[in-house]
Amino acid sequence: MSDETTTGLNHRKLLMWVFLGSDCMFFASLIGTYLIYKGSGVAHPGPADVFDIPTTSVSTFVLLMSSMSMVFSYAYLVRDNIKAFRIWLLSTMIMGSTFIGFQIFEFSEFYFHDHLSPQTNLFGTTFYALTGTHGIHVTIGVIWLGIIFYSSLFRNTVTSKTNLDLDLAALYWHFVDIVWIVIFAVVYLFGTFTGFPAS
Amino acid sequence: MTTIPFKLPFNIKLYRPVKPTGVWDWLTTIDHKKIGVLYGVTAFIMFLTGGVEAMLIRTQLIAPELKIIAPEVYNQLFTMHATTMIFLGVMPLSAAFFNFIIPLQIGARDVAFPRLNAFSYWVFLAGALIMKASWFLGGSPNAGWFGYAPITGATFNPGTGIDFWIVGLQVLGVASLAASFNFIVTIINMRAPGMTLMRLPLFTWMTLLTAILLILAFPVITVALIELMLDRTFDFNFFNTKAGANPILWQHLFWIFGHPEVYILILPAMGIVSEILPTFSRKPIFGYPAMVLAASFIAFMGWLVWSHHMFTTGLGPIANSVFTLTTMLIAVPTGVKMFNWLGTMWGGDIDFKTPTLFAVGFLSMFLIGGISGVMHAFSASDYQQQDTYFIVAHIHYVLFGGAIFGIFAGIYYWFPKITGRMYDEKLGKLNFWIMFIAQNLTFFPMHFVGMQGMPRRIFTYDAEMGWAFWNAFETIAAYAVAFGVLIFVINMIKSWNGGKKAGDDPWDGRTLEWSIPSPPPLYNFRDIPIVKSVDDFWHTKQKSDTKVKSKTKVSDIHLPQPSYWPFLVAVGLTIAGFGIIYNLVLTGIGIGIMLITVCAWSFEPVNEPDSH
Repeated sequence: MSDETTTGLNHRKLLMWVFLGSDCMFFASLIGTYLIYKGSGVAHPGPADVFDIPTTSVSTFVLLMSSMSMVFSYAYLVRDNIKAFRIWLLSTMIMGSTFIGFQIFEFSEFYFHDHLSPQTNLFGTTFYALTGTHGIHVTIGVIWLGIIFYSSLFRNTVTSKTNLDLDLAALYWHFVDIVWIVIFAVVYLFGTFTGFPAS
Repeated sequence: MTTIPFKLPFNIKLYRPVKPTGVWDWLTTIDHKKIGVLYGVTAFIMFLTGGVEAMLIRTQLIAPELKIIAPEVYNQLFTMHATTMIFLGVMPLSAAFFNFIIPLQIGARDVAFPRLNAFSYWVFLAGALIMKASWFLGGSPNAGWFGYAPITGATFNPGTGIDFWIVGLQVLGVASLAASFNFIVTIINMRAPGMTLMRLPLFTWMTLLTAILLILAFPVITVALIELMLDRTFDFNFFNTKAGANPILWQHLFWIFGHPEVYILILPAMGIVSEILPTFSRKPIFGYPAMVLAASFIAFMGWLVWSHHMFTTGLGPIANSVFTLTTMLIAVPTGVKMFNWLGTMWGGDIDFKTPTLFAVGFLSMFLIGGISGVMHAFSASDYQQQDTYFIVAHIHYVLFGGAIFGIFAGIYYWFPKITGRMYDEKLGKLNFWIMFIAQNLTFFPMHFVGMQGMPRRIFTYDAEMGWAFWNAFETIAAYAVAFGVLIFVINMIKSWNGGKKAGDDPWDGRTLEWSIPSPPPLYNFRDIPIVKSVDDFWHTKQKSDTKVKSKTKVSDIHLPQPSYWPFLVAVGLTIAGFGIIYNLVLTGIGIGIMLITVCAWSFEPVNEPDSH
């Protein structure tokens, strides 16, 4: 097995891109289902009854910043500055976990306070399925970064030479982030949008 | 068998197999050729079980108002017949060729991710066992292979049959996705020096397109299946019409997957035929770039036609007209391919060996199926044909006369390479003629009864409908098809054990797999070939036989080593799958096993540096 490949791109990196292409269709189908059912079914509560845009904006901001910190982490790893790499990696994980925390808070608020369960109506069904799937993706990302952090801290196996391990996790992380931007716009913002004020 | 240790975190030591033998060899192998054989044999057994289901269906229909098979069982039979043939027969038989042939055709020593490849096979086997286990565990799925919701919802279908179908298909989806990721990376990234994309053998090209279709189409069906699973297991409302759900959402999701799936089934067979015809006509393929572009166009257009399966759901005249046009447009690149195959044979020195016969059989049968396809592509005409035996005739012409004939052609063509032995030519020709004639006698009359209005999926019919003669005729002919398949099985078993030695290049082949010994050695290529044109090996043979002196020592070739983990991850997935059907605690256990084994897998080095 030589390291040379036809395109010059590492096998694992190409695999990651192909996987992300496939995952696009996965989210497209879920978002499609959500959009097809948007507005159908009469049972309350609906999007405008439950969403709290300021709260979700904060968690969205945190997730977006985590992508930036991911970029810093990778940049320091490539320069072999292991200490800074670990700090930024840890901060990415903390921000990812914060986002998941927000989501758990949000789900429990909807469930207990607004009485919106997946069984209540079509909105509940499609909303929990879509955002829950995204939450699982973020959770997997945090676990993945955690394994890299562990390997760096206790096995010292993450260096600029093995930066591909972090590169792949970062690709995944940014992808999950971009998907959230779409979900935030399509589900949250369009869901509460009531039309431009009459001028 | 010996094992060697490798270290995990927390100083846990695990062992990996070294040069295993017997059953352990097959369980831990990550050699693409052995995995190809495993795929082929398993899928062929599944193909036979699907055939038994077909024979039972035909037996029930031999005369009007028969009660040999109860209506409930009949529903399960036709559902399982289609599901088996598509997901456990044709797709994995194609995957068997991908595994065995692709690395050989592109001049590689293995696939890009050998352990992932083993994982694909074991997960495929798990999916097949889950699907087939339903026969013994309370009844099989019974709602047709496209499982329209809401009829598959818990309200209308309370048994576990549909759960087996949902879980089985998801597990099979994992196998197909993993295999497709692997083959895309392999074909793009592991080509021999000089093998540009436009020098790839056509079979490799078709595999690449099939894999791309698979990775984009399977997520869609996976989402549909997850939605149905959530509905059935946790009372979600995706397909609950009482909550305002749209009853054709499932149809849209299913056919957005389902139509690319049709090309996933047929493109590999087209690739096989594109290898066989030039070889046995002793001419290069006619219009190589046109073939590649036509197939790419088919793969692209496959995404824009799904609603032609739904003309009668009332999408409205505009949608129906648009999808009529896009569907008919696909006939154009298919026609281009057809004429290119004919152009390849035209004026060639054609040698009618068994693979050629099956390939020509493919052309003629696929042509008939394609023409009836254009008939119901026209939405007005489709209103007459929807859900009749006319559709059954169409799909069997394209999938039996098309895909299966292509696959049989491929098995005969590469049998000498895979086994190192020659099949029996007389039995092969007998096999072809019986299957060719019998399949026409079985499926052609279905056009007639379909036009007379016989609906598909009914377990019996009234004597006064006038369908009795052709149904009896079809059933007897179907037995003859089964007899033809039996001859094939005899030929394979006999030739594998005692066939003549085939030699490296019995067909005067054109592609790289014929440049190495049969059966190929573990490392495939002693020296990685350098490719200068399409059909480079054939051109090399024409010029001279001055072989470049070998520079590589066999001992310098590093090969990935066997591993337990792919098999164990698949075991975890199977347990998790059964958990969804019976008890969610099992799912937790299964996922736990998967997490542990995936971690062990990722810490296991591909090669032990000190063990060769």
